[in-house]
Amino acid sequence: MADAITKSGYTAHDEKITARSSLFYRPQAKTGLMSWLTTVDHKRIGFLYGVFALFFFLVGGVEALLIRIQLAVPNNNFLSAQQYNEMFTMHATTMIFLAIMPLSAAFFNFIMPLQIGARDVAFPRLNAFSLWVFLAGAIIVNLGWFLHDGAPNGGWFGYTPLTTRAFSPNHAIDMWVMGLQLLGVASIAASLNFITTIINMRAPGLTMMRLPVFTWMTLITAFLIVLSFPAITIALVELMMDRSFSTNFFEVSNGGMPILWTHLFWVFGHPEVYILILPGMGIISEILPTFSRKPLFGYPIVVFSGACIGFLGFGVWSHHMFTTGMGTVATAAFAMTTMAIAVPTGVKIFNWIGTIWGGHISMRTPMMFALGFIWLFMFGGFSGIMHSAAPADAQQHNSYFVVAHFHYVLIGGSLFALLAGIHYWFPLMFGRKVSEFWGKLSFWVIFIGFNTTFFPMHFLGLNGMPRRTFTYDPNMGWNNSNFIATIGAFILGVGVTIYFAVMVYTYFKGERVKNDPWDGRTLEWSLPNPVPEYNYRVIPVVHARDAFWYEKQHKEEIAAEHAKLEKAESAHGGIHMPFQSIYPFIASLGILIGGVGVATIDSNPDPKVIVGKKLTVCLIGLGIFLYGVYCWALEGNEGYHLHLDGHDSSDTKH
Amino acid sequence: MSSVASGAIDHHHDSTTSTGISNKKLLMWIFLASDCMFFGCLISTHLIYRLHPPVGTPPASSIFSIELTSFSTFILLMSSLMMALAVNAIQKGNLKSMRASLVLTIICGLIFLGCQVFEFSEFVHVKHLTISNSILGTTFFTLTGTHGIHVLIGVIWLTTMLIYSYTGRLSEKDAIDVESMGLYWHFVDIVWIVIFTVVYLLEYI
Repeated sequence: MADAITKSGYTAHDEKITARSSLFYRPQAKTGLMSWLTTVDHKRIGFLYGVFALFFFLVGGVEALLIRIQLAVPNNNFLSAQQYNEMFTMHATTMIFLAIMPLSAAFFNFIMPLQIGARDVAFPRLNAFSLWVFLAGAIIVNLGWFLHDGAPNGGWFGYTPLTTRAFSPNHAIDMWVMGLQLLGVASIAASLNFITTIINMRAPGLTMMRLPVFTWMTLITAFLIVLSFPAITIALVELMMDRSFSTNFFEVSNGGMPILWTHLFWVFGHPEVYILILPGMGIISEILPTFSRKPLFGYPIVVFSGACIGFLGFGVWSHHMFTTGMGTVATAAFAMTTMAIAVPTGVKIFNWIGTIWGGHISMRTPMMFALGFIWLFMFGGFSGIMHSAAPADAQQHNSYFVVAHFHYVLIGGSLFALLAGIHYWFPLMFGRKVSEFWGKLSFWVIFIGFNTTFFPMHFLGLNGMPRRTFTYDPNMGWNNSNFIATIGAFILGVGVTIYFAVMVYTYFKGERVKNDPWDGRTLEWSLPNPVPEYNYRVIPVVHARDAFWYEKQHKEEIAAEHAKLEKAESAHGGIHMPFQSIYPFIASLGILIGGVGVATIDSNPDPKVIVGKKLTVCLIGLGIFLYGVYCWALEGNEGYHLHLDGHDSSDTKH
Repeated sequence: MSSVASGAIDHHHDSTTSTGISNKKLLMWIFLASDCMFFGCLISTHLIYRLHPPVGTPPASSIFSIELTSFSTFILLMSSLMMALAVNAIQKGNLKSMRASLVLTIICGLIFLGCQVFEFSEFVHVKHLTISNSILGTTFFTLTGTHGIHVLIGVIWLTTMLIYSYTGRLSEKDAIDVESMGLYWHFVDIVWIVIFTVVYLLEYI
């Protein structure tokens, strides 16, 4: 078993020289602001991702409500056309990049290392860097609300030539470009980290085909991010070059082709929708077995269909462009791949139904959200498969039918799964449990509000109501459906408010629960709640797919094994913990300053002044960034060792 | 690296990870996969626009200087050889030999960058090809410029390593750092082979 210990990834990095670390500021704070800014603990980083995501989720929700108020009655002038454009652009950008993705990232960070029996991710400081760069990007995207130029208004897809300098001369689009660029950096950095962690830091015995499905979906999502974000990064670079240096990528008069943007954007954009849904599918695949008290039906098929979705996801992007005139062959090919991708998705649905089939089902709140997910995601899938038929899509394109479709898969799919996940893992994260009454009430209000809002949109779309128009005539026959949708939106708003009010209440005052309240199956439930900083006193050895379930069935064998492992581990110098670090935060701060400089300041028209205001701010940002990066590299990845005696943890510095 | 204490260092197996591949190396491989997509998008952009030149565009072969670019390509490929020697040297614990190879790698990188700077200024001032006056200029400067920045970052990285091999921060137990850097350097060279083929040589077929 000593062999197993050396495999854990922590004990073997024995004490390096700490003399040189005295050159660098090594924060020690365990509480207070400084401890959060310098944290490298994956659980704290996950928590921060969650907090920021929920904040932006509320911002995006308010934007949605403003949109619905504007559309409640025909010829409304609650918002101007310009404000409406800003609202739908920022609603989509916020919900996709600042709410759903970081909320998934919160779970990746918090849960995935626990599920693989690790004490942290492979690169803890890089993880902190991802978080802070995400925040920098989020700030820059939203900066327009507070500036004269206004918020970005070119749609979340930012189609050229609308977003080129000629048609969007002010800085609103610059902020959108810069902000998205940074969010891409954050996502890629985080994904590199997750992939390395999952491949390299599994507990002994945890083979790939024993990984919990949520961890599998994290891995696939991370690969999708790593391979698809470069496409939008390059698209944004090209747009930025066009806007700032008068290049010709999308400049028609000089041979540029705006359709290139559309292709590059959707080469990213379609894998992105799987980036949004696969984590949700992973969460559902954890919740259903737990509350059906059965192992997941057809585990290998669920994993492979997830991988298959990820793979096919790169070959369907042009179904967003059926009406651009690609030619029959291309259109037919993309229609076929789009239909093909429904197969692995359907397979998953059948596996989930197979999981609950004949199970001993307990209808707790997470299970309610999970079942709601299956139902609503299927709806979204059905309208999605309708779009794959190119002739039908030509009719539905840019209509409210599409809006209905993607809200069914994004809210009914991703968001329901994430809300289920919050309920499910809340006891593990905070040691408290949401009351069943309030949890179920919020579920029903959200479920009813959601369907009231988005179901009528199918009919609106088929009746010809186009997307992205700020108002409509009263004689188009769209009045009733729009009014119902607005009422539904407010019901949904109330539901979400109940959900989060109850969450906040529970965080402070909720009922305390013992460990493993749901009788869980995966490794994270073997931990005490709240989870200690070092996660596992002893890195466990995994014997079966549902590792913790196996441990519960073989208590004596496991207890003996743990005792042996613990002895071996303390002989190796105890639990290795990484030092906290301020430098990822400083590097991100430099990026924020430089990004604000690039995005919001006019370049100096006077050629005599070489270093204008813009360049000055950018250089300051660059300087701070380089300082952060170099100190980060030079301070080294040293840590200290924890020795646990009983349940006390006393720090011993080396 | 628990085997440090037991004498010989096994640079090809890291016993602390599940796969035996060190975390740093794995991270670098995945990053390079991502970087492939970056260059893939830029190269595609160039190739697509190459097929649709606006009327009156002069042929690219009248602008390029294939002799100079062939020379700098050769130099960059030689730098890969030097990098491989440097990695080999530090894995054998031969710091002195690694330094010599690193110096040569850096010099090759700098010559390549010098050629690129000369080429760019020649194109702008003599051939009147700028980043904004034609689609060829736009895609050419963006693509080769992005590659040049990759080389520049590599040179700075190598120089940092060279300096730290003198101060003692980089010693034979850090072979994995040099190896990861080597992966990056070879990748940048391979990308250049693709760029040289599809941007330069293609114009002469």
